[in-house]
Amino acid sequence: MSSDEMDASGAGAVVDRMAGAVPEPGSAKSDPILVADGVRRSFGGLTAVDVGHLEVQRGTITALIGPNGAGKSTLFNLLTGFDRVDGGRWSFEGRSVNGRPGHRVARAGMVRTFQLTKALTRMTVLDNMLLGAQGQVGERMAGAFLRPVWGRQEKANTVRAMELLERFKLVDKRQDMAGSLSGGQRKLLEMARALMTDPSMIMLDEPMAGVNPALVQSLLHHITSLRDEGKTVLFVEHDMDVIMGISDWIVVLAQGQVIAEGSPSDIRSNQQVIDAYLGVQEVGDEVRGSGDE
Amino acid sequence: MDIFLILAESARSAVGPVAAIYALAAIGLNMHFGYTGLLNFGQVGFMLVGAYGVGISVAVFELPLLVGFLVGLACAVVLALLLGIPTLRLRADYLAITTIAAAEVLRLVYRAGFAEPLTKGVYGLQNLSGEFRTWNVFFDPGERYGFGAFSFSGNHMWLMAVTWGLVALTALLTWLLIHSPWGRVVRGIREDEEAVRSLGKNAFAYKMQALVLGGLIGALAGSMMAVHQGAIQPDQFKPQVTFFLWVILLLGGAGRVLGPIVGSMAFWFLMSFTDGFLRGLGREGYLPFLSGPDYGAIQLAFVGVMLVLLIVFRPQGLIGDRKEMLVNVK
Repeated sequence: MSSDEMDASGAGAVVDRMAGAVPEPGSAKSDPILVADGVRRSFGGLTAVDVGHLEVQRGTITALIGPNGAGKSTLFNLLTGFDRVDGGRWSFEGRSVNGRPGHRVARAGMVRTFQLTKALTRMTVLDNMLLGAQGQVGERMAGAFLRPVWGRQEKANTVRAMELLERFKLVDKRQDMAGSLSGGQRKLLEMARALMTDPSMIMLDEPMAGVNPALVQSLLHHITSLRDEGKTVLFVEHDMDVIMGISDWIVVLAQGQVIAEGSPSDIRSNQQVIDAYLGVQEVGDEVRGSGDE
Repeated sequence: MDIFLILAESARSAVGPVAAIYALAAIGLNMHFGYTGLLNFGQVGFMLVGAYGVGISVAVFELPLLVGFLVGLACAVVLALLLGIPTLRLRADYLAITTIAAAEVLRLVYRAGFAEPLTKGVYGLQNLSGEFRTWNVFFDPGERYGFGAFSFSGNHMWLMAVTWGLVALTALLTWLLIHSPWGRVVRGIREDEEAVRSLGKNAFAYKMQALVLGGLIGALAGSMMAVHQGAIQPDQFKPQVTFFLWVILLLGGAGRVLGPIVGSMAFWFLMSFTDGFLRGLGREGYLPFLSGPDYGAIQLAFVGVMLVLLIVFRPQGLIGDRKEMLVNVK
C-alpha cells in the first residue's frame, strides 16, 4: 500500500465524517458521542492522564496514539470504568458515565477490548460469544431455572453469534475451546464477542498487537466495516501504517495530555507530534510510517 | 489379616454418612472453586455455623430441628456476605487468606469462654439427633441393613438416605445452574473476570451469589454432621476439614457436577482402607517400630502423597475433563 493511496482515503474521510472539526487539541465536534472533561489520574507523584477536553465524533474511526507511557491505556481504562479516576467527568451519548463501574459503562453501549487478549480459554468459542449477549433472563439466578424462557432467547442469540462468527471466519471453530485458537484468532474472537453486546461505540486497545501481517489486513477490513455500519471506533495502536490508513481522526497523547488532534495529514505534518515522538525516544518502529516523507 | 473385612469396612466408609456429609460440603466448594474460581480455604467455617445453628437451636433453646437448619443456613448467608463484601472486589488470593483466617477465628470464638452460655465452649453440645430419628418411618432402628460386615443400622440408613438425598438434590441444582446462562457467566468469571465485566456483567454480584450458594450447601453439610454425631464441639472444625474437602474436590474433579461425589467416596474408601491395612499389619507384628497413635499420622501423610500423585498423573481428577486441562490457559 503506497502512502499516496492512504492520503487520498484519509483526506476523503475527513471531509465526510469530521464535518470540518478544527485540528487542535480539545476541538469541538459536530456530533460527539463521547465528551470528556478534565479527566485526571495519577499514580503516586506521576500524573498518568490529564486530559482537558476531548470529543469523539460519532460514526468515525478515531485513533489514540502517543509514545510509550503517554497514558493511552490508562485513559482507556478510565473512560470504560476499569480504573478509578482522580477527577473529571465524561458523558457518552449525552448521559454521564463517569464513576460508573465497567459493566455499567459496557451496558450503556461503550464496549472495550484488551491489550492482552482476554479469550475465556476453557470455554468454547460459541460460549464466549453468547456471553456477550445482553438482557438474558437466564443470567439471573432465579431465571436460570426457567429453561423454556431463556431457551428461546438462547436460540436467537445463537443465530446472531453464528452470523458474527461467520463474518469473522471463526464459524468452524465454534465448538473448540477458545484457548486452542491462535493469537490472531483470539483477537478476532474478542472483537466479535464485543460486537455481540451490540455496542454503539467499540474501543479497541491495540487490536493489531501480535497479529501476523496477513491477518492485519482482515482486521483492518473489519474495523472499517464497523464504521460503515454506523458504529464509532476508538482505538489505541502503535503501527503508524495502520493508523494513517484507516483513521478519520487522530488524537495524540504525550505525558498524559492531548498535544494534538487532526486528520492523518494534519498529524503527519504536526511539529509537536514529531517532537513528542522523537524527543522522548530515539527513532523507532513507531515513527517509521510518518517519518519517511 | 482379613483383607476382605478391610475392603468391606472401606466400602462401608465410601457410602456411609461421613462420606455423604463431605460430598455435600465439597459440592459447595465446587460451586466456589470449580465453577467460579473462588479460592475458599475456609469451607469448614460454613460447616461450623451450620452445625452450631442446629446445635444451639436444639440443645440450648429447645427449638424444633427444622428451625435449627434454618438458623444454620441464615448464619451461612451472613458469613458469606461478611467474607465477600470486603474481598470479592479484590484479587482472588485475598479471599483465600480471609476465608482461612475467618474459619479459624470462628472456631476460636465458638470455643471461647464468653460464648459458653450458647456454645458450652470446649465441651460442645449434645443430644442433637433425637428429633431427626423420630422422622424415620422407613428403617427399623433395631435392624441392620446390608450383608455381613457391609451393613448399617436403621438410624444410619435413615441419615444416609437423607444426606445422600441432599447430595443428589444439590448436584441437580448445580447442574441446572451451570448449564444455564447464569453458569456461563460464572464460568467466564473463573476464566477472566475483567473480560466478563467488559461484556456488561456485574462480576461482583455473580461472585457473591456463588459464594452464598456454596456456603449454604456447606452449612447444610455442617447441620447434617450435627444430626449424625448427635454431639458437636468446636475443635472438630479445624482447617484440616477444609483441606480434606480440597483433596476430595481435586480427587474427583473440580468443575464437574459429580466430581465431589466421586471424590468423597474414593477419599473415604482410601482413608478407611489405609487405616485398616496399617492396623492389620500392626497386629501381625510387621510394624514393630510404630504404636497405635502413629497410624493416624501415617494416614495423613498418605493423604499428602495421594494429592501429589494426583497432581502429577491426573491433574484433572478422576472424572475431570482432560481436554479442558490441556488447553493453554495463558
